[in-house]
Amino acid sequence: MSASAETILKVENLKTYFPTRKGMFRAVDDVSFEVKRGKTLCIVGESGSGKSVTARSVLQIVDAPGRIEGGSIQLTRPDGSITDLAQLNPRGQEIRAVRGNEIAMIFQEPMSSLSPVHRVGDQIAEVLKLHFKLSRKERRQRVIELLQQVEIPDPEKAIDRYTFEFSGGMRQRVMIAMALACNPALLIADEPTTALDVTTQAEILDLIRKLQQQNGMAVMFITHDMGVVAEIADEVLVMFRGKVKETGSVEKIFHDPEDEYTKNLISSVVKLEKKAEVRAEQLDASTEYKPLLEVSDLSMVFDNGHHAVNNVSLTVHSGETLGIVGESGSGKTTIGRCLLRIYDPSSGRIDFKRSDGSVCEVAGANKADLKAVRREIRMIFQDPVGSLNPRKTVGQIIAEPLNLMGVKGRELEEQVCALMEQVGLPPSWRERYPHAFSGGQRQRIGIARAISVKPRLIIADEATSALDVSLRSQMLDLMMQLQDELGLSYLFISHDMSVIRYMCDRVAVMHRGKIVETGETHQVINNPQHAYTQALLSAIPNPDPLDRRLHNRFRFAPEVTA
Amino acid sequence: MTTLMADWASQGGAVEQGTVAALRERYGLDQPIYIQYYKWIAGIVTAGDFGLSFEYGRPVAELIWGRLGYSFLLAVLTLCFAWAVAIPIGILSAVRQYSIGDYVTTFLAFVFLALPNFVLALAVMYVVSTYFGKSVGGLFSPEYADAPWSFGRLWDLITHIWLPVVVIGTGSLAALLRIMRANLLDELRKPYVTTARAKGLSELKLLIRYPVRIALNPLISAIGWILPAAVSAEILVSVVMSLPTTGPLLLRALLSQDMYLAGSLILLVSVLTIIGTLISDILLALADPRIRLQ
Repeated sequence: MSASAETILKVENLKTYFPTRKGMFRAVDDVSFEVKRGKTLCIVGESGSGKSVTARSVLQIVDAPGRIEGGSIQLTRPDGSITDLAQLNPRGQEIRAVRGNEIAMIFQEPMSSLSPVHRVGDQIAEVLKLHFKLSRKERRQRVIELLQQVEIPDPEKAIDRYTFEFSGGMRQRVMIAMALACNPALLIADEPTTALDVTTQAEILDLIRKLQQQNGMAVMFITHDMGVVAEIADEVLVMFRGKVKETGSVEKIFHDPEDEYTKNLISSVVKLEKKAEVRAEQLDASTEYKPLLEVSDLSMVFDNGHHAVNNVSLTVHSGETLGIVGESGSGKTTIGRCLLRIYDPSSGRIDFKRSDGSVCEVAGANKADLKAVRREIRMIFQDPVGSLNPRKTVGQIIAEPLNLMGVKGRELEEQVCALMEQVGLPPSWRERYPHAFSGGQRQRIGIARAISVKPRLIIADEATSALDVSLRSQMLDLMMQLQDELGLSYLFISHDMSVIRYMCDRVAVMHRGKIVETGETHQVINNPQHAYTQALLSAIPNPDPLDRRLHNRFRFAPEVTA
Repeated sequence: MTTLMADWASQGGAVEQGTVAALRERYGLDQPIYIQYYKWIAGIVTAGDFGLSFEYGRPVAELIWGRLGYSFLLAVLTLCFAWAVAIPIGILSAVRQYSIGDYVTTFLAFVFLALPNFVLALAVMYVVSTYFGKSVGGLFSPEYADAPWSFGRLWDLITHIWLPVVVIGTGSLAALLRIMRANLLDELRKPYVTTARAKGLSELKLLIRYPVRIALNPLISAIGWILPAAVSAEILVSVVMSLPTTGPLLLRALLSQDMYLAGSLILLVSVLTIIGTLISDILLALADPRIRLQ
């Protein structure tokens, strides 16, 4: 069992189990892999596949009641000695000397993974204090160096700031600085870019690669995003329900996958790389569009003076899907909320064509009109957990808008059943509560609730962002199918270009409260005019390891900040 | 006033007409209630004159100050006691969730939350005096009650004051303990704890430095309501244990409708509450940068 000199970490037959009331849950079941010096291993899989637990097992920081039940985790030190981390006491001195020093880790949520009440400098310095004997002054010097290394502007000042004073990308940089403080031989990155925008993600991936080359460290990168895998991986490990499905070089996984699950995973990503087939065909048939919703010069200024939406005009035609794409903070969600008057816009007109042909100006509508309009414009939310009342059954949730319309008794029951069938849920499940459903199923419930009152426009705010890739395309297909059946229009708000490309007829690109470009989706994507659109497009990871886009991406110079 | 007049009259009319007239003049007693109120407040603000106790026939200020000091001392000690005991037990209870120790403390906490202080006071007094044979009433032994301050008197105070502190404090202690446990349980599951663990911190250091540090913040804001709770608990308990604090005074003032005495006591308790809230807000801002900077 001799590892080659290049192997830093060799995991064999790792088993991490979680005892539950129903028996042992095998989160990681017989997983083996190797990480080599200077190389990147990507562990990829859907949520619940055990990839995160695998990473945490290496450092023995699996959340209780999880336990390593078997296998070995062999860490090779530069002097050639080998330690089996799986044998160490998880609270002991030996494993603590490894953590943060030889193996460092960064996490998904840069917001909650850092303490909100300690200065960032102190949090980084703490690692140095633990593992090196440095004076206070030397530590501070080193922290400033690290902050410089991760390209945080003005490190002398940033060192005394708190995490909530930073943006998501900056926080992730702080995390990276903390992880790099002791020059670890192995960096474990657990979905470090999932919570970030594409452009920020590209910046962070760039940074990790650069630092990896400088320090010659190995990286173990956990992600569910095949695009990211293709961009950065040398080796790939595909996991599904705690087991390894396939392992191999990144070229092999993408171009010659053997396992059925891997094939599906790759194809569901590649599927999103182009227009949906249903829509591609319709492109030729020139349909005549009638405007359904016309927004002109809409502005929204919040009480704190923040100009979230700045003179935005857009049109949604009946039967079409308009995408609004932009980074977080670009004001796209605010637009959606203004349209339903969840926020009262500061100025501008919102003309909505009612089903009876009359035009209603939503921005200045009175209560009765607003109520009627809200019946015709519905919303689907991003978070399928938070947007469903946990104390109501699914039947009650879907029935609620119908209830408000006065539908009662048997008719109500029948309509709820029909709706559930329409979105692909068995009607017999209507007595269950939302927690009994998976993320994808919950989003179906949200869709059923939205279409229950036969709306004509649906505002989908990041409706698929919280879902795994394989579910994402299913959900988009369902939405398009419903669009054809019910003659719906969609206003599709997303930060994900691939989703927009798959689904939308036209797209509006938003940047800092303004629409910088509008056009037919294929035109905007194939021939972007505005520099920001170009930067946004080039920051999207390409799911093909032979054509890595991020290496030579275009940066939108003045404002691209992580 | 009218009741008082009737009382005095029935006691033998020993009141001189001149005294009554002077009182009427000074506090505007023949005028509408809002003018009476204004005169009273104006007197407090401008001259520190809290009015006259009809019951004792002495200025209210004179009656209160000595007792208020003990009340305040008792409230502060109670607060310190509740904090000092609740925090470590709360931490243990959260870290060892669902252990025997956790179940026992949870059970006891609910018992003490439900138990009225004065019942506890009676029980404790009974036990201490019967089995330990100590004097339990008041804050001093009889020989020190009116003696000037000395080390002996201070020691006597210490040996007496712990009992009311424990009795008044247990209710707040139980509440704080539950808050600490719940907060810490929330914080323990936060990702930053895992981050700290991944740095290589030892479990104890990690616990104190991160989750406990953050779980303490809501406890600081609890000062605002613990203080008035301790004061109102103190009123009952000090009647039972005959402590020289404001409690018995307030009770008697209310029973005999001694308007200015009762009013002044309630006013001072309210002021204490507001000061407590202010202090807790300032401490919270010092402890939590999120509040300070946002």
